[in-house]
Amino acid sequence: MRLLAAALRSPAAVLGLAIVAVFLFVSLFAPFIAPYDPLKTIAPLQLPGASAPDGGHFWLGTDLLGRDILSRMIYGTRTVLLWSTIATAAAFAAGVLAGLLAGYFQGVTDTVMSFLANTLLSFPVMVLYIIIITSFGASGTNIVVAVGFGSAPVVFRITRALVMDVRERDYVAAAITQGESHLAVMLREILPNVTTPLIADLCLRLGYTAITIGVLGFLGLGLPPPTPDWGSMAAEGKAMAIAFPHMVIFPCVAISLLMLGLSLLSDGLREAAKRQVRT
Amino acid sequence: MLATMLAVSFIVFAALEHNIEDVATHVLGQFATSDQRHSWLRENGYFDPFLVRYLRWLYGFVSGNWGVSTHFKEPVRALIADYLWQSALLAGLSLLLMVPLALALGVLAGMREGSLLDRAISILSIATTSIPQFASAVFLSVVFVFWLGLLPGASAMTSGFEWKEMVMPVMVLTLAGAGYLARMTRASMVEVMASPYIRTAQMKGASFARIVLRHALRNALVAPVTVIMLYIPWLLSNVIVVEAYFGYRGFGTLIYTASLQHDVYLIEAGTMVAVIAVVGTQLLSDLANVWLNPRVDFATPVSTKATL
Repeated sequence: MRLLAAALRSPAAVLGLAIVAVFLFVSLFAPFIAPYDPLKTIAPLQLPGASAPDGGHFWLGTDLLGRDILSRMIYGTRTVLLWSTIATAAAFAAGVLAGLLAGYFQGVTDTVMSFLANTLLSFPVMVLYIIIITSFGASGTNIVVAVGFGSAPVVFRITRALVMDVRERDYVAAAITQGESHLAVMLREILPNVTTPLIADLCLRLGYTAITIGVLGFLGLGLPPPTPDWGSMAAEGKAMAIAFPHMVIFPCVAISLLMLGLSLLSDGLREAAKRQVRT
Repeated sequence: MLATMLAVSFIVFAALEHNIEDVATHVLGQFATSDQRHSWLRENGYFDPFLVRYLRWLYGFVSGNWGVSTHFKEPVRALIADYLWQSALLAGLSLLLMVPLALALGVLAGMREGSLLDRAISILSIATTSIPQFASAVFLSVVFVFWLGLLPGASAMTSGFEWKEMVMPVMVLTLAGAGYLARMTRASMVEVMASPYIRTAQMKGASFARIVLRHALRNALVAPVTVIMLYIPWLLSNVIVVEAYFGYRGFGTLIYTASLQHDVYLIEAGTMVAVIAVVGTQLLSDLANVWLNPRVDFATPVSTKATL
């Protein structure tokens, strides 16, 4: 919290937080904000601003199947935020746990875990994602698995480096001499002192995951239809992009804005963390 | 490093060929009878123990015998060589454009930290890195193909090589990659400009241009130049989206098609080639770092410090 307050002294970070907050709000209250049912066929291929049969307007137009794009975008926010949070949380849980163990125990534990991480990191990420998703099928769980394999090794490396640094401090040595258990030292002495840089990375990685989900959706490997999801909306509209660009532009704008918000916020947090260390 | 490669090859092989029934189905097609599959499996030695099959496959890969693609009906090695060349062309052109652009922007932004120019360039680079490639492909298509009608919207090169069709994919890749490199360069430049030897140069009365060009530039470029190598794995990942969008016949499209068609041998060889490229560039980047910066410690390779 103090970190967030420090970060918010920069206007860029405030803008980032505001963007993220808007998306969060939209996804939480999607049923109240969305003007139409995102899955219901109303009138196909209406341009943005066209009037709807019930007297309302399709502010962003409708898609090939006649579904309201604005409503699909609003519900899509939910899909994207939900799955990117789950996938990022899973990757972080695995990466931080492994990094903590490797950095604390070092020796053989570290050698084995670093080897595993390096092996996973030698796959170009997109190739890894595509192979996992095509061989196990497109579903939310498999997206979580794929992102986990792609991101956990990076989180592991960051955590490991931080833990190795903190482990040499006197207070850790003091706790060990006092006879505290390994678990207690790791959780009470080390973990709280490595969280700040990890939080900045978490924000950025959340954005990367959202993009990954978008890209997978765009390649037809995302969540199965008819779930509204920005990536697959862009993919569906792509064939008609020349004649009806509105079907692809809005989802692309949304995902770019979300990523922009998260990277501004992450930048602000990282700068604030640096300042905290200096003072 | 060799151990990593072996582990990767084992994972790839295990993931794709642990279930021999699946392999037979993918190779012979869905409509083959179970008898046909059975005899095909026996003829090709698939009933041997797993380890024997793995070693045989590994030997085949190392000696250049990569099998025949079931989807394209062509030898895998020729296919990969052909498509990889197309991607290398695309990636090479974007690197050629991206690197000078990003280095120049980064140096301009970093030489006076906090100036208006710095702010503008920083915002621009954050914004461009935030836009995923499929989105920037869409935006650029709408502007150049839909509104202005200047460029073709697809790059399938059906009637031979066409420079015009390269413009859009190169632009998208450059836009996506330049931001990160520019930010790296800026950070490095800011650090150098704050160092004592620059202050010494200032106090000696050297002009600002001389300080930047003669004193700062060389040291500021060490970090970014070593990172450029790591762009090759990044490009290998990112060409997939761009190539799929524009229908460009490169390595990304090849891997994507192979995965969708469950073209086992093509996926195996393609993944191995990609991994070799990643590991190879990490090694080159470490070597470049040692060569450019004599103070470097050999214990921590750059590839572990900077992850794209």
